[in-house]
Amino acid sequence: MQIGVPRESRAGERLVAATPATVRRLRELGYDVLVEAGAGERANLPTREYVEAGASVAGREAVWGCDVVTAVNPPSDEELALLRPGATLVAQLAPATHPERVAALAARHVTALALDAVPRISRAQALDVLSALSNVAGYRAVIEAAEEFGGMFAGQVTAAGTTPPATVFVIGAGVAGLAAIGTASSLGARVRAFDVRPEVGEQIESMGATFVQAEGATQEVSVDGYARELSEDLQAATLRTYAAETAGADIVVTTALVRGTAPTTVTAEMVAAMRPGSVVVDLAASGGGNCELTVPGERVVSDNGVVVLGYTDLPGRMPQHTSQLLGTNVVNLLALTTPGRDGRLVVDLDDVVVRGMTVAKDGEVLWPPPPVPVSAVPPPPPAEEAVAAAPGPDPAEAAADRVRRTRRRTVLAALGAVLAGLAISAAPPETAGHFTVFALAVVVGFYVISAVTHALHTPLMAQTNAISGIILVGALLQIGDDSWVVTVLAVVAASVASINVFGGFLVANRMIRMFRRDTRPPAVSPRGTGVTA
Amino acid sequence: MTATSVVQATYVVAGVLFILSLAGLSKQESARRGNVLGMIGMALALAATVALAIEQSHRPWQVTAALILLVLLVGAVVGTWRARNVEMTQMPELIALLHSFVGVAAVLVGFGSYLSEPHSDTVHLVEVFLGVLIGAVTFTGSVVAFLKLSARMKSAPLMLPGRNWLNLAAVLVSAVLLAWYLAGSGDGAGAGAGLVPLVLMTLVALGLGWHLVASIGGGDMPVVVSMLNSYSGWAAAAAGFMLGNDLLIITGALVGASGAILSYIMCRAMNRSFVSVVLGGFGAEGGTVAVGGEQGEHRETFAAEVAEILTHASSVIVVPGYGMAVAKAQYPVADLAEKLRGRGVRVRFGVHPVAGRLPGHMNVLLAEAKVPYDIVLGMDEINGDFASTDVVLVIGANDTVNPAAQEDPGSPIAGMPVLEVWRARDVVVFKRSMATGYAGVQNPLFFRENTAMLFGDAKDQVERIIQAL
Repeated sequence: MQIGVPRESRAGERLVAATPATVRRLRELGYDVLVEAGAGERANLPTREYVEAGASVAGREAVWGCDVVTAVNPPSDEELALLRPGATLVAQLAPATHPERVAALAARHVTALALDAVPRISRAQALDVLSALSNVAGYRAVIEAAEEFGGMFAGQVTAAGTTPPATVFVIGAGVAGLAAIGTASSLGARVRAFDVRPEVGEQIESMGATFVQAEGATQEVSVDGYARELSEDLQAATLRTYAAETAGADIVVTTALVRGTAPTTVTAEMVAAMRPGSVVVDLAASGGGNCELTVPGERVVSDNGVVVLGYTDLPGRMPQHTSQLLGTNVVNLLALTTPGRDGRLVVDLDDVVVRGMTVAKDGEVLWPPPPVPVSAVPPPPPAEEAVAAAPGPDPAEAAADRVRRTRRRTVLAALGAVLAGLAISAAPPETAGHFTVFALAVVVGFYVISAVTHALHTPLMAQTNAISGIILVGALLQIGDDSWVVTVLAVVAASVASINVFGGFLVANRMIRMFRRDTRPPAVSPRGTGVTA
Repeated sequence: MTATSVVQATYVVAGVLFILSLAGLSKQESARRGNVLGMIGMALALAATVALAIEQSHRPWQVTAALILLVLLVGAVVGTWRARNVEMTQMPELIALLHSFVGVAAVLVGFGSYLSEPHSDTVHLVEVFLGVLIGAVTFTGSVVAFLKLSARMKSAPLMLPGRNWLNLAAVLVSAVLLAWYLAGSGDGAGAGAGLVPLVLMTLVALGLGWHLVASIGGGDMPVVVSMLNSYSGWAAAAAGFMLGNDLLIITGALVGASGAILSYIMCRAMNRSFVSVVLGGFGAEGGTVAVGGEQGEHRETFAAEVAEILTHASSVIVVPGYGMAVAKAQYPVADLAEKLRGRGVRVRFGVHPVAGRLPGHMNVLLAEAKVPYDIVLGMDEINGDFASTDVVLVIGANDTVNPAAQEDPGSPIAGMPVLEVWRARDVVVFKRSMATGYAGVQNPLFFRENTAMLFGDAKDQVERIIQAL
């Protein structure tokens, strides 16, 4: 089968759905690749390199007429007309917001795989274009903000005085938000971040930011891995947090996108309360924007001098790497749908990943897909729930059980003590003396051994082996017996016991000698200060 | 002041030295002193005993002295040879073998004691009987443990039908034999009439010891070896009772308590009751795949990629498991740690209490490879630090890093304390394949987003990473 890679027709689009590197991998899957002349030009990928990778160069009609067409953006009406009936289209199709487009594709009997409708399960991550693009967008958002911001991100201590680090507030710790946090903190900014899902707090902190929580605001994970819209009083508490945080921030990056639509997070009043020269980057501009002042695709300056960036082409501003990531997503999708690696595409609707992405097939609209429960982010069940869910006894019963067990143990111990007492009192006096020694030694042993560090447990076992070879003492005393049988038994016993004594002590000694302390001075200097050994 | 009282005094000193010796092992700094104190105690006890044995000898003292010299020579030569040549990865086998020696010595001493005075009082007879019983169980149990650990016997648990009833039957038969033996050894009976039940009981006890350990799987060996350690102590203590020797009693009790505590620690670290381990059968090693069904897809990585991650990390924790011992990867691992530390990376090791086949096995292997012990930390010491760690390298560990133990109340290992490696930024798992660990439980760690799998022999892979650095 042939795969066509067209030059994107949307104005200003710099991305391309395949790079020379991914063309090679497509060819390994058994496909012939047709690239439209100049397809990768704006991503600094000359057509010559595609040819070197094994692609053929063709005209626009030929490319759109391939069995499989892979593009970045949805086709224009004119491009749609070029698609052959029965062909497969792989592109971002936004099926949720553009049902008419899906209908048109179905009407043309095109099998349409939406790259932006990948179900959020772990194994589908390798083909999740939204993750890849969000990651790039989060990075670029900080870069754009740095360009607009009239200060330095990292705090400086110079002879001419000190400047504080910039404060960056990130709303929403999805893929884009986390990328923004990572980029901003690596530039040296002080980063604070908010998310309605409490379980991402750990991820936020791992990226080097402070996790900001709204008072009393918690939300459970939704079953499909995306954040849900908030209830009313939660929303009020959240907005108060936003107001407090934005007022103190130099840069605000807002990334809240709930199923293609953008809730308002930064109101006009909040912008008005920000310092002049501050920057708001709205990554949800494509869905209308989280900030009330956002104009999608534009840079606007508020009355009080706050810059609001609503760019929707952030990934396209880094076309090389973005195309590479996107192209790899496409390759991974095709690897999944080409089980024979023979260049024959098979759309298997029993596979939840493929099913989720297939929005049209054989003239039918297949959007929306049946819901897929996620395994990617299993919601950690709260403790009480776990107890309730486990088919065990309730706490009261457990406590009663504990009491019963303690009582039973006490009774058993008492019984044992009485029996032992009777046995000892029946025994001759010297045996009773031995019992005293025995009991005391067990208690001493208990305390002494409890103090032994775990690291030395193996040497401890060797050492106890050696001293339990003390049975040698008993055997030695029998060697002088007048019966030869006893002597022989004693000699054998003494031999093995003495192997124990010598072997045990020496091997314990050998092990103990191996334990050595760190001779190097403690590494106080962190990496990168140049003071490394 | 008789010779005997001098010997008794020496025994007291030796007993105290043994206690101090074990107390010295509580810290690495004092461990060497502890070892030396133990040796001094043993030397004193032996010198006194040799003197006493020669003095009490019923034969010409030269014969006895020669025999004693021969015995000590055998012990010194064989013991020194084993101690010098054993590899640290084979330490569990050696320890198990040494336990079996104590067991067989206890049996022989018991028989010797019976034969030298077959018509003594009941208490002494019972002491002999119990000493032989414990000794025999220890002996065959340790032999089986040794065979399993050295892979001369399949490590999968032997599952005989009604195995618990078999054990119970063995105990009951021993009790019946005890009655017969006491009747046969009474003052009226002929000499040696008690010998038959004693020998029969020994055979039953040997079988019991064999069966007891054969039905326990290879991964539970840390518990088994500690348990046998304990038995060998009780065997020595029983010998002390039958010989009326307090030094043996003290030492046996110390060793018995030591083994019991180690077993308890191991069981707690696996969140299993001691009884359930001893009764055996926690599933075969190698395991079945995926009890919990489809878990998602794992991400595979390569040595060069891991090297790349490590270059950019500022803190690394290495979590070794039995797989590291199997692959003998401790040297390259230590080398890797040293290299990273040379670059200013903070490298530490996190050791789970049941990692390996012996309590503290990992610590010894790492010490052998010259990893300083102060960067080798226990589970409780290091668990809080994973969240602030860049990279965790899990080398041949599985169940001890399984998040299901905390998150899935229905998991067979639920509640077992584990190393929380998944909290780190990146986790690299070195593993031979996707097979499950000893518990036969699928490990959700492998399917986490921040986990990458590095398949292949751990030693080769670590060496490749070192080259790529």
